[in-house]
Amino acid sequence: MAEPILQIEGLAKSFGSLVATDDLHLDIEQGEIHAIIGPNGAGKTTLIAQLSGELKSDSGRVRFAGRDITTLSMPARSALGLARSFQITSIFPDFSALDNVALSVQAHAGHSFRFWRPAGRDPGLRAPAQKILDEIGLGSRADEPAANLSHGEQRQLEIAMALATRPSLLLLDEPMAGMGRDESAKMVNLLRDLKGRHTIVLIEHDMDAVFALADRITVLVYGRAIATGAPGDIRANDEVRAAYLGTETAQEVSSA
Amino acid sequence: MDRRQIWLSLATLAMFAAVPPLTVIFDQPFYMDMIARIMVFAIAAVSLDLILGHGGMVSFGHAVYMGVGAYAVGILSYYGLDNGFLQIPVALGASALIGLVFGAMSLRTTGVYFIMITLAFAQMLYFLAISLEEFGGDDGMSSMRSEFGGVIDMYDAMQFYYVIFVVLALVLFGLHRLVLSRFGMVIRAARSNDRRMQAVGFPTYRYKLAAFTLASTICGLAGVLFANLNEFVSPDVMHWTHSGELMVMVIMGGMGTLIGPVLGATAFLLLEEYLPQWMEMAMTNAGEHWAIIMGPILIAIVLFGRGGIHALFAATIWRSGGKRNG
Repeated sequence: MAEPILQIEGLAKSFGSLVATDDLHLDIEQGEIHAIIGPNGAGKTTLIAQLSGELKSDSGRVRFAGRDITTLSMPARSALGLARSFQITSIFPDFSALDNVALSVQAHAGHSFRFWRPAGRDPGLRAPAQKILDEIGLGSRADEPAANLSHGEQRQLEIAMALATRPSLLLLDEPMAGMGRDESAKMVNLLRDLKGRHTIVLIEHDMDAVFALADRITVLVYGRAIATGAPGDIRANDEVRAAYLGTETAQEVSSA
Repeated sequence: MDRRQIWLSLATLAMFAAVPPLTVIFDQPFYMDMIARIMVFAIAAVSLDLILGHGGMVSFGHAVYMGVGAYAVGILSYYGLDNGFLQIPVALGASALIGLVFGAMSLRTTGVYFIMITLAFAQMLYFLAISLEEFGGDDGMSSMRSEFGGVIDMYDAMQFYYVIFVVLALVLFGLHRLVLSRFGMVIRAARSNDRRMQAVGFPTYRYKLAAFTLASTICGLAGVLFANLNEFVSPDVMHWTHSGELMVMVIMGGMGTLIGPVLGATAFLLLEEYLPQWMEMAMTNAGEHWAIIMGPILIAIVLFGRGGIHALFAATIWRSGGKRNG
C-alpha cells in the first residue's frame, strides 16, 4: 500500500485547560474521502486549523506527502498542495466570483511582484479560473460580485477557490453548513465528482452526506480519535453510538 | 476600475494643466503657487491611498516620509549639494529604507495597534528632527531649490509647476496600473480577507510590506517637491497632525479611488485657505476659529458622504449619461 498522503502523529493543542486536540494519531490515505465527525466541541475545526497551518500545535508532527510540515506557515502548506475551505464562508465579497477563483490561480502561478499588466485581463489567470467555475456549476455567475451569490453558491465558490490551487489534499470544513436540502444534494454530487481526483478530509455534520461520500470515517470526541473505519464499521461500533451518535441519530444512521 | 474614474482623473489633470496659462491671462500668479502646493499634497495623499484605501493599512504616520524627502533636500542643500539628480535618489532611497524598516515592524500588528505603532515611529523621527541643532532644530532651516544642470529651472514658477504636475500625473497613472496588476489584486484582496489570502497560498506580509515601502517612497518624492516649494524645511512637516490631514484628504476624497484623494487634497487645502477668510467677512476675528466649521464638514462627509467627493462626482457623471463600465 502506498504511503499515506497525510500522517498525523501525536498531535496536541490546548487552549488553557481546554484540550482541543489530544494526542491524535491519524493517517489519511491517497485518494480517499476521509470524514471526521464528532459532537460539537470535539475539536474538528481546531484540527483543520492545525493541519492548514493557521494554528501552531503544542506537540506532535504532521507529515504531508512524505514531508514534515509541522512548522510551515499557511501559504507554504498551500504551495505544497494542501488546500482548505472554511466553515464560515470566507471569500472576497467585493470581487467577482471569477476574481475570487483567479486569485487562487494567481497564488500558484509564481510570485505576484508584477506591477504593470492588468490581472483582470490575464488569460493565464482567467481561463483556468473560468474552467473551474464551469466545472463547479458557477460558470454563468462568473461576473457577479461574490457578495451577491446565494449562500449555497458561496459555499460552492469556497470549494472552487480551494480547487484552483490544484491541491493534492482538500480539507473541507463543513461544506454543507447552513445549506438547504437541494443545495446539500448538489454539494454531495459535487464532492462525489471530486472523488478519486483529490484526497479529501471532510468535516461534516450532515450524516446522510458523510455516509454517502466517505470511504473511511474517524470519530473525534474531546480531541481524541475513538474510532476509525469504513462507514459500516462505524455505524456498528457500540462505542461510537454511546459516545457520539446517540440513540436517535444511531437509528437514523442505521436506516440511512 | 470604471471608465468614469478615468474620465474624472483626466478632467482633474486637465484642469491642473490649465492653471498656469489662466493665471498669466488673469495676472494672478498667486494661484499658481497655491495649486502647486495642492498638487504636492495630492501626491502624498495618493501615495497614502495606496496603502490606506487599497491595502487597508491605516498608517497614522505617513507625513513622516514627506519629512524624510524634504530633509534629504534640506540637508544636502545645507552642504552645498543642490543637484536634483543627486537629491532625488538620496531622498527616495532614504524614505524607502525608513518605510521598509518601519513597515517591517508595524505590519506585524493589525488594527488599532498598527495605527498606534505607525504614529509612534513618526513621532520618533519628528523628535529626532527637532533635536538636530545643526539643521535648525525646532526652527528648521532654509534650503535652495534643486538644480537640474540647466535642464529645468526650478526657480521658474511655470517650469516648477509643470514638474509637480508631471510627477502627479505619472504617480496617478503608475498606481492606476499597479492597482489593477497582480500585485494590486493581492494587496486589495488582503485588505478584504487576509486569512483567506494566506489559505490560498499568498504570503501576504511581504506584499503588504512592498506596498508600504512604495507608498513611503512616493511620499518621499512629495517631500522633495515640498522642500523645493517652501525653500524651507522644518520638523513641522512630520508633525502627527499633518499625517492626520493626509488621512482626511484621502477619506474626504474617497478611499481606494486614487483620483479621490487628489480632489480631497484640493478641497481640504482650499477650505483651509478660504474658510478663515469667509468667516472673517461674516464676523471680525471669527477667522481664527475656522476649525469650528471645518470639523463639522469633515464629520458630515464621513457620516453621510460615503465614498467622499469622488462618489459625488462619479454619481453626477453617471446621471449625466456617462457610460457605466464595470
